[in-house]
Amino acid sequence: MSENGYKNWQEKTLIPYIKKNPTRKERFKTSSYLDVKDLYTDCDVKDYEQNLSYPGQYPFTRGPYPTMYRGQFWTMRQYAGFGTAKESNERYKYLLKQGQTGLSVAFDLPTQIGYDSDSPMSEGEVGKVGVAIDTIDDMETLFKDIPLDKVSTSMTINATAFILLAMYIVVGKKQGVDKKLLRGTIQNDILKEYIARGTYIYPPKPSMRIITDIFEYCSKEVPKWNTISISGYHIREAGSTAVQEVAFTLANGIEYVKSAIEKGLNVDDFAGRLSFFFNAHNDILEEVAKFRAARRMWAKIMKERFHAKNERSQMLRFHTQTGGSTLTAQQPENNIIRVTLQALAAVLGGTQSLHTNSMDEALALPTEKSVRIALRTQQIIAYESGVANVVDPLGGSYYIESLTDTIEEKAWEYINKIDELGGMVAAIEQGFVQKEIQDSAYQYQMDIENKERIIVGVNSFQIEEEPPKDLLKVDPSLRFEQIKNLQRIKSQRDNEKVLKSLNLLKEAARSDQNIMPVVIECVENYATLQEIADTLRQEFGEYKESVII
Amino acid sequence: MRKIRILIAKPGLDGHDRGAKFIARALQENGYEVIYTGIRQTPKQIALAAVQEDVDFVGLSLLSGAHNELFPKVVEELHNVGADDIIVFGGGVIPNSDIEFLKSKGIRAIFGPGTSIKTIVDFIENESKSRNSKIG
Repeated sequence: MSENGYKNWQEKTLIPYIKKNPTRKERFKTSSYLDVKDLYTDCDVKDYEQNLSYPGQYPFTRGPYPTMYRGQFWTMRQYAGFGTAKESNERYKYLLKQGQTGLSVAFDLPTQIGYDSDSPMSEGEVGKVGVAIDTIDDMETLFKDIPLDKVSTSMTINATAFILLAMYIVVGKKQGVDKKLLRGTIQNDILKEYIARGTYIYPPKPSMRIITDIFEYCSKEVPKWNTISISGYHIREAGSTAVQEVAFTLANGIEYVKSAIEKGLNVDDFAGRLSFFFNAHNDILEEVAKFRAARRMWAKIMKERFHAKNERSQMLRFHTQTGGSTLTAQQPENNIIRVTLQALAAVLGGTQSLHTNSMDEALALPTEKSVRIALRTQQIIAYESGVANVVDPLGGSYYIESLTDTIEEKAWEYINKIDELGGMVAAIEQGFVQKEIQDSAYQYQMDIENKERIIVGVNSFQIEEEPPKDLLKVDPSLRFEQIKNLQRIKSQRDNEKVLKSLNLLKEAARSDQNIMPVVIECVENYATLQEIADTLRQEFGEYKESVII
Repeated sequence: MRKIRILIAKPGLDGHDRGAKFIARALQENGYEVIYTGIRQTPKQIALAAVQEDVDFVGLSLLSGAHNELFPKVVEELHNVGADDIIVFGGGVIPNSDIEFLKSKGIRAIFGPGTSIKTIVDFIENESKSRNSKIG
């Protein structure tokens, strides 16, 4: 096809047709406000061969591995956890029995922010959005009868990631599993906590130091561990566009790599263990293009900017979760369809692992039944849809390639802007990133209010409905059970040992010594999560958010 | 006439502030004076801010499931500082089955996911009118 061919089609066929049969709208846009033309042809795709390459080859647009799902399916990994360690342990064993292939642990907010269950700050929050962990004792219960050399475990934990990783290593040790064999991921992405998710403790500088300590420690001691999951998921949940999701996530990635290099690490020693985490929304084709653009950009960043030589350092591998904020409380069954579309987008985009949300999550934590349907959705895509039989099935589509280029181009503009501001920490401190996301979120919501954006069942196609029943409820009295157990541990442990190891931690924090070995020692001595977190609070201080509306 | 003043607050440890920020900005654009506290506020801090800012309404947003514990605490703390006249409403991930309990604890209204701004503006206008007529 040629430029003339397209013009010819427009003049001869399209325009006369539209005169008689007008289109639904004058201008069409993706879910993230990118312009969509009526038709894409080879004229829209530049430098096609060079940009695209092949799966498993730089710049990995078509996928990090040569065989992708012909080799093995993505890891089906449902994020779960609530109440006490015992209840969550039962849910994990249930999920593994249902064919889930990896664990993903949700922690409650006190655990994420460094408070024990008996802290006044924890009131109302214990066991609510995830499992409560106070000491190594809880962690042992959480993984009871789950051999840590057989599963891979992803932990959504950030400010206190260093403590939970230490606990995981100690549980492995108690099970007789060498830490060199442990496989899994800690989220450990503090920058997006300042931007979007809110579970920060310390200011950026000491937080970055803790993170690079983990990089350094794991590169030697826990070599199969993914030391960070650089997350666009929460940035998108906070209301960003697809372009912003890619741009801000990769800009965060750049900041982590810069910090680790400044610490003196060799880029190829840690970069292969960096992983990513993205959202999947309903606009399937835009999402597929987003994943492909992110892979290509990261490869370029690592090769050209940081001179990584190892191919694994250049490969963007990512987990996907379907978009929580797209779920509706109205007609919740419709969410099953939304999740299916989003999961399909993630698979067509080449995800390495996937969490599918449950239909009832706009209202509560999911029930066992709704979690099963969500997992079955992935299994149907894997085993029945046929999309996993071929690598990058949408590659070469004029629209997909053009959209991939557009997202890349617009994301580079943001990254350049952030570089001009002095990097991501500076951009966050100035509130630039937060403001950009908030403006997108506001526009999105106003479009729903004005019905410029239709959400089925919410602003159109509504029905009168009964409030849903059978929602999962977390028993509020479990806090007391948790506190009782914590008191038992505190009365049985050797307090002198606890104090001694906490003092060592304080010294390590003051020096440039890696904190991980002494954190492990604290954990082994039954120091509580908050005792460890507080020791560093005293040394590092706490972050205060700049409130912007 | 004095503009209606509203404090939007996030009690507890939950960091999901997209809804709170949207409501704050949308209410602002509807002509109200709006103050937003930021995340991680204790019920006591919220009550003190409400009094200090001399607000007519406090809107609470919580998505972590701690609403049954924390929303009534805010009402209690407002009472402790002698601010019973401030009207409290809430929103977030809140199952319908909890609404009755929350109302019995003095939370005037709960707005679930998908509520339009107009619904909330209507609520604020009606409550203000009935309060003014009581005072008048």
